[in-house]
Amino acid sequence: MIEFSYARAEDAAGAIRLSSVAAYPKYLGGGTNLVDLMRETVERPDALVDVTGLSSDIETRDDGSLLIGAAAKNTAVATNQAVRTRFPMLARAILAGASGQIHNMATVGGNILQRTRCTYFYDDAARCNKRAPGAGCDAIDGFNRYHAILGASPACVATHPSDMCIALAALDAVVHLEGPNGRRMMKLVDLHRLPGSRPDIETELESNELITAIELPTLRFATRSTYRKVRDRASYAFALVSVAAALDLGADGTVRDVRLALGGVAHKPWRAWKAESALRGQQAAREKFRAAAEAELAEASGLDGNMFKIELAKRVIEAVLSELVGEFA
Amino acid sequence: MHFLINGKSFDFELDVRISLLDLFREHMGLTGTKKGCDQGACGACTVLVDGERINSCLALAVQYQNHAITTVEGLAEVGHLHPLQHAFIEHDGFQCGYCTPGQLCSAVGMVDEIERGVPSAVTADLTAKTIELDHDELRERMSGNLCRCGAYNGIVEAIAETYAKEPA
Repeated sequence: MIEFSYARAEDAAGAIRLSSVAAYPKYLGGGTNLVDLMRETVERPDALVDVTGLSSDIETRDDGSLLIGAAAKNTAVATNQAVRTRFPMLARAILAGASGQIHNMATVGGNILQRTRCTYFYDDAARCNKRAPGAGCDAIDGFNRYHAILGASPACVATHPSDMCIALAALDAVVHLEGPNGRRMMKLVDLHRLPGSRPDIETELESNELITAIELPTLRFATRSTYRKVRDRASYAFALVSVAAALDLGADGTVRDVRLALGGVAHKPWRAWKAESALRGQQAAREKFRAAAEAELAEASGLDGNMFKIELAKRVIEAVLSELVGEFA
Repeated sequence: MHFLINGKSFDFELDVRISLLDLFREHMGLTGTKKGCDQGACGACTVLVDGERINSCLALAVQYQNHAITTVEGLAEVGHLHPLQHAFIEHDGFQCGYCTPGQLCSAVGMVDEIERGVPSAVTADLTAKTIELDHDELRERMSGNLCRCGAYNGIVEAIAETYAKEPA
């Protein structure tokens, strides 16, 4: 780890002030990813601004929406009664990732901004366009089982590792931001970028901009929602493919509305817009679910190690939607 | 920097790069807490902060001032063993013993989580008021602690005997 200064912020304005006087500042939450990356010297901040003292409140609103402070720990969100009853897929997604210890440390803001676990990104003896722009990518011809099948580029095939973000993407979560130029809000699905030619630029955040909260808008039918994660071991492993889904069924058995997002498949949390629009108004039946999955994965492309994930993603979409239909029976 | 560790107060002048784990081992002689992977993957460094389990290898010490920290050395009074430590001996919950301090602290924190109603990935009913520490819950919740000797059956039996209503 290279040397850095440390300061603890009392509020968002203070955090922005502290980061504005440093050359390469980083906001520090629970540290479960950043400290590790600093130890590997992949991240080399000269200043850490500790934002764990900022709001960790989970505000339950009467209209069914929620506002979660960015410093809320993953355990607190997954345990919150309103999250568990109104947005079960979010609790399920958080609990599907990491370990009990990490849930207790990691913040919501840090979870969103965590970086890929591509092994070549971590290994400074390997070529990586994300770590060293222009260096090349050793994953494309290397170990790429965990890598992207959607939205990848010749520069980068890394995936976003968060489970929580997949649920947030499906739930139309809104990210509250504060920076030197003031406050703004952005949909979570617009926050992360596809790699293109600049995989080192991962989000739309401006310099020294800070995530202060996550808003979950009212979505009544999210009470019937879930998250399924397929991985190489039964617990404590990153996703090969994951699916967050919420389904609203009409009395006649048609899909009134649906929310669907995929994890483990792309550089960003992947909202399955095509599958959703293919499903609305259709009979809630397996063949329709399969057709929607086919539509979503039509442009997927695999590498030697992850080709299987294209079919796997289709099957998991079909299975999860069928499971949610079963809940209505 | 001011720390509260195993019921005592300490003041150190520390580099902000020092992890909580290195504070224990390199600056205090508390070598019970073990360094396994040093990247949050193995759980050997698990300690309790205000009763909650964390990976001390990923924790910058500077962030944990003025919190009540408990390492394996603080689980029981000096000269005595915690009931869970007795159970680990009884059930062969270890071979080499390297992961054991982390397993012990993790289990203590895990049981507290169950009592506080924290759900897990295998909790079938997210709306349930209480969660039973059954075989599946126990194994899922302890998955952040690896044992390369593979003493898992003994570890599960020891935790279940100490805390579960029914044998695991």
